[in-house]
Amino acid sequence: MGRYQRAGCEVKNSVLRFYIDFTLTSHGNNIGKIYYKEKMTPCANRNCAGVVSVHKEEDMFRKWVFVLIIVMFAASAFAAKDKNSIQVKGSDTMVNLGQAWAEKYMEKNPADFVAVTGGGSGTGLSSLLSGTCDIAMSSRNIKEKEITLANQKGINPNEIKVALDGLAVVVNPDNPIDKLTVDQLAGIFTGKIVNWKTLSGRDEKIVILSREVNSGTHVYFKEHVLRKNDPNNKEEFAPQALMLSSSQAIADEVAGNTAAIGYYGMGYISKKQRPLAIAKDEKSEYEAPTIENVINGKYPISRPLFIYTNGAPQGLVKKFLDFILSEEGQNIVMATDFVPVIK
Amino acid sequence: MRKLKEFIVEKLILICGLASIFFVALIFLFLLKEGFSIFKTVSPFNFLFGKSWYPISEPSQMGILPLILGSLLVTAGAAIISIPIGVGCAIYIAEIAPAKIKEILKAGIELLAAIPSVVLGFIGMVTLVPLVKTVFHLPTGLTALSGSIMLAFMAMPTIVSIAEDALYSVPKTYKEGALALGATRWQMIWRVMLPAASSGLLAAVMLGIGRVIGETMAVMMITGNAAVMPNSIFAPVRTLTATIAAEMGEAVVGSEHYFALFAIGIVLFVISFAINVTADLFLHQRQ
Repeated sequence: MGRYQRAGCEVKNSVLRFYIDFTLTSHGNNIGKIYYKEKMTPCANRNCAGVVSVHKEEDMFRKWVFVLIIVMFAASAFAAKDKNSIQVKGSDTMVNLGQAWAEKYMEKNPADFVAVTGGGSGTGLSSLLSGTCDIAMSSRNIKEKEITLANQKGINPNEIKVALDGLAVVVNPDNPIDKLTVDQLAGIFTGKIVNWKTLSGRDEKIVILSREVNSGTHVYFKEHVLRKNDPNNKEEFAPQALMLSSSQAIADEVAGNTAAIGYYGMGYISKKQRPLAIAKDEKSEYEAPTIENVINGKYPISRPLFIYTNGAPQGLVKKFLDFILSEEGQNIVMATDFVPVIK
Repeated sequence: MRKLKEFIVEKLILICGLASIFFVALIFLFLLKEGFSIFKTVSPFNFLFGKSWYPISEPSQMGILPLILGSLLVTAGAAIISIPIGVGCAIYIAEIAPAKIKEILKAGIELLAAIPSVVLGFIGMVTLVPLVKTVFHLPTGLTALSGSIMLAFMAMPTIVSIAEDALYSVPKTYKEGALALGATRWQMIWRVMLPAASSGLLAAVMLGIGRVIGETMAVMMITGNAAVMPNSIFAPVRTLTATIAAEMGEAVVGSEHYFALFAIGIVLFVISFAINVTADLFLHQRQ
């Protein structure tokens, strides 16, 4: 006859197995033996499925309660530390940079806590105005409107330039093209120019490489090159543009493809790609994406990155900003593919 | 005391058993709730059959037809490559191979299944992509074909192991009968074994395809991700899975874009659910 055997576990060839099953019983005797964990006591009572070892479980229970109490103590200890914290909020482009600064800073000052969140430059500035963050990161200058609003609220936004962001446009070194205007770039990336021949290059179809839409660089390139800073311009990346998930993927593809063109932060330039010299328009000089050209503002696809604080930085905020502007902080700028403001 | 303990353990295990169903139900409800919100702003027809995918523009264009076709194209390509090889491999292992080679092959296939997809994607990116580019004289090697080839590798272990299982479970008498009637080995395989195991083989193929369509990392790395209507297997495509993976980080929670990505999740869910159900039907038909 069959009987529901409830839950138990079984050792066979020294392998421990759990099961929930029907087991056959014959003439009221269990067929097969059931053991409990490593104790392996044969079942004495046929009404029970597994033999129980109570002491062991009670020990475990005590252990867990003990661990739980320790965790709770630890959590409250951490919560108490929150008083030494700075809230940093703003530009998505700068989130990684801010995070890198925060990590290094906290490594050096374990007592302080820096929380970095994104949301966009506008979000950062509006939280600075409403007092919900101590530091706003912004990849654009604060607007007149925002300053007026801030003054009404008794907040005095203080601008500090912390890094520069330069985007290199790269092609394969075998590509004869070495300079383009911003207009030509817009033509290529929106799909209006499809062959290098149009730009007096080789007769090859242009392979457009772009970052994914989750990249700040993608948005920046679209707004500043494709749409030329005009908010009413509705240009888009050509649908045939390849969306690659990292700057490194673009670098690799450009290195191996003579027809490819891509863009990324200057940090990724190597000998396997040729960065193009870019001119604002046909009358301007063509400028190469070098750190000097970004610093003096000649290279057209670059912008300063700012940090805004309420009034002159004080206390913890000042300590953090001093770290950002120190050599170590600026080395982090370099490591995250931005251009440092201080050499 | 024993009774009480027994009771507690029993209920605990019951909860564990129910938990998986509970979580699946929760995930499904969440997916539906978030995904259907997109249809307040975009009509289902425009969403499914729109030809442009510009989710972060103003106004945004949310047409996922290029993505659906991209996924289907890559999957079809992978199926065409992996089915003949996979079934052939299963026949060899089940019928022809000597015991020693059989063991080696089986271990090899298990090893293939153990390679993480991101590793396959990376290997594909540095070896297969340039190869495809030069062999077919394409402007870029980041194409649907590269994705199909790489995904075929991922579908192979599933297809081989289930197909081999199906062939193995064909009653020995069928085989012996065929041979006794004077059939050659090939005739026996082709006319007896394959038809007898057909439902299991179909299930193997469907499960292999199911694995391919849900694959994300490798396709994201090697198919180029251009959201263009695919017109050939030599062109870049963007798949449903790659779109979700690439854009989820950017989408603001509660935005139209966020809901659209969940709706893509529903489409993907429906496709792989259909494939799994078909596979299941074939498997049960066999029993």
